[in-house]
Amino acid sequence: MTESLDQIFVTLKHWLLSGFENLLKWLEVAPPDWLMPLVSMVLSLAPILMVFPALFAITTVLERKGLGRIQNRYGPNRVGPFGFLQFAADGIKAIIKEDLVPRAADKIFHFIAPVILVITAFTVYAVLPFGRNMVAVDLDAGLLFFFAVGAASELAVFMAGWSSRNKYALLGAMRAVAQMVSYEIPLILSSVAVVMITGTLSLTKIVEAQSTHAGLLPDWFVFTPWGFMGFALFMIAANAELNRSPFDLPEGESEIIAGYFIEYSGFKFALFFLSEYLSMFALSGLGITLFLGGWNAPFAVLDFIPSWAWFFAKLLALIFLFIWTRGTLPRLRQDQLMNLAWKFMIPMVLVNLVAAALWHFTGPGWMRWLSSGALVVGAYMLLGKPQFESKDIGKRTYRFAD
Amino acid sequence: MLGKGIIKGMAETARNFLGSYVSAERLTTVQYPEQRIPQIEKARQFPFLVFDGDDPMKGLRCVACQICEKECPPKCIYIVKSKDKRVDYKGQMQLYPATFDIDLSVCMSCQICVEVCPFESIKMDTAYELSTTDRFGGLMVNKHQLAKSNEHYRHIHPTDAAASDAALAVEVAKAQAKAKADIEAKAKAAAEAKAKAAVITPVAPKPVAAT
Repeated sequence: MTESLDQIFVTLKHWLLSGFENLLKWLEVAPPDWLMPLVSMVLSLAPILMVFPALFAITTVLERKGLGRIQNRYGPNRVGPFGFLQFAADGIKAIIKEDLVPRAADKIFHFIAPVILVITAFTVYAVLPFGRNMVAVDLDAGLLFFFAVGAASELAVFMAGWSSRNKYALLGAMRAVAQMVSYEIPLILSSVAVVMITGTLSLTKIVEAQSTHAGLLPDWFVFTPWGFMGFALFMIAANAELNRSPFDLPEGESEIIAGYFIEYSGFKFALFFLSEYLSMFALSGLGITLFLGGWNAPFAVLDFIPSWAWFFAKLLALIFLFIWTRGTLPRLRQDQLMNLAWKFMIPMVLVNLVAAALWHFTGPGWMRWLSSGALVVGAYMLLGKPQFESKDIGKRTYRFAD
Repeated sequence: MLGKGIIKGMAETARNFLGSYVSAERLTTVQYPEQRIPQIEKARQFPFLVFDGDDPMKGLRCVACQICEKECPPKCIYIVKSKDKRVDYKGQMQLYPATFDIDLSVCMSCQICVEVCPFESIKMDTAYELSTTDRFGGLMVNKHQLAKSNEHYRHIHPTDAAASDAALAVEVAKAQAKAKADIEAKAKAAAEAKAKAAVITPVAPKPVAAT
């Protein structure tokens, strides 16, 4: 029972596939060689193309309601029960709005930028394992694929900003590229620690490496000193990659209005919005896969809950974390952004690699906790102190013009 | 330590998030179409033209001097003077506005028209649900829609209305005093002229008594 519920989607796919094959046999049609793999592919991808946009729709409502509650407001509560149909109203509005293209814009690139952004956002889902045996393409270099495709979104962002022929769009795009290039490094290097420990780039194998239970805690990498630090750095870098608050400089409403997608309206704007949230889910999914044990249950007793349910529960928890940070932290300044990336995150992530190596080579026992933990905590204290400690600059004095 | 402030902030927002479900006092917003909060007395939205008496068009205080039209920063007022004159509240002959339009979509509620008006004839209204389904004609407000009674003004802005009424009373008193003085002066002048005539009369040759 538990097993069948866990594999329900996999079984469904096989059932549909064999049904299609039997149908062809019954019709006495000899399928060409490429047909069955294509059908299999479509059956794997269709759920991704349906589930995540649906999750996007729900998340927009939940985010607005959550932010409202954080600011002691109700949030949307008019459309449908408790305002949960707000996404439908927003979607209809976005679709029926006029699609404006500036006269001076580069029409072709202005058109394909949101398309590329959405394609890259969807493509990375191919390698994410959503549950046991539930991965669209089980690549050996899944992690590499994820980062390679994910980096292409920077191109689309700059394309959007440049082709709009608008100063705010260009400023936003340049900020976005500077930010995304800076934070790509801690994002990738924090995942490299996991690759060092597991010795594989395959995301399914990384999840399998975390499926055992040692003592009270599961063997998730977040429950190791280097894994905890790696997870924190990964989430901060992911937040910056997604241009979400507090790293929303590329679209800072108060400074450059909407940044790189200022000249987009209607459905294209909705595509930007969609790709932003899809990337958020994808990066959260990667964080779950790398550090939070993927689709594994935290305790062996809870194994009866299907693996995909665990994945989505963890995904929702991380989405909540993103919303919570967005509701809490104010936007950084450009110099603070760069300082955080180059003076804190990157040194920290390099130390974290050493901590992971120490963990691996010290071998089981309390020694590795001590050595790895001391290194991580020491580096954190040392790197965090000089730049971020509030300096006593004395009483402010004013000198007025005579 | 680095990150302490972030944790503090996260705790604060979490308190707000959960607290807003527990205690209703935390929710400071008003559910607008159903709930409304009373406006403060100084609230202002859009100008209106004050009239006295019962007939809005006859009682308009506006004399079409066009000061407000010239002072209006976004130039949303359009006035056409009348060809004829009529008696105003002071009893003087004055022009009146043949056309007085304000473009609602342009007006920025700055109240400069009210401040420059020497006749206490344009004031700010407090009505704020001004949306319309017709974005061209519906947003051009003419003098028939703008005219509102002085009682309305007294109702929405009691303090300002009292000051305005007092100022008008002073004006009226002045006008009356002037009129009275004028009459007196006229009478005096007439009397003087008469006296002069009387003084001159004996010198003049006596007319025929029968005439």
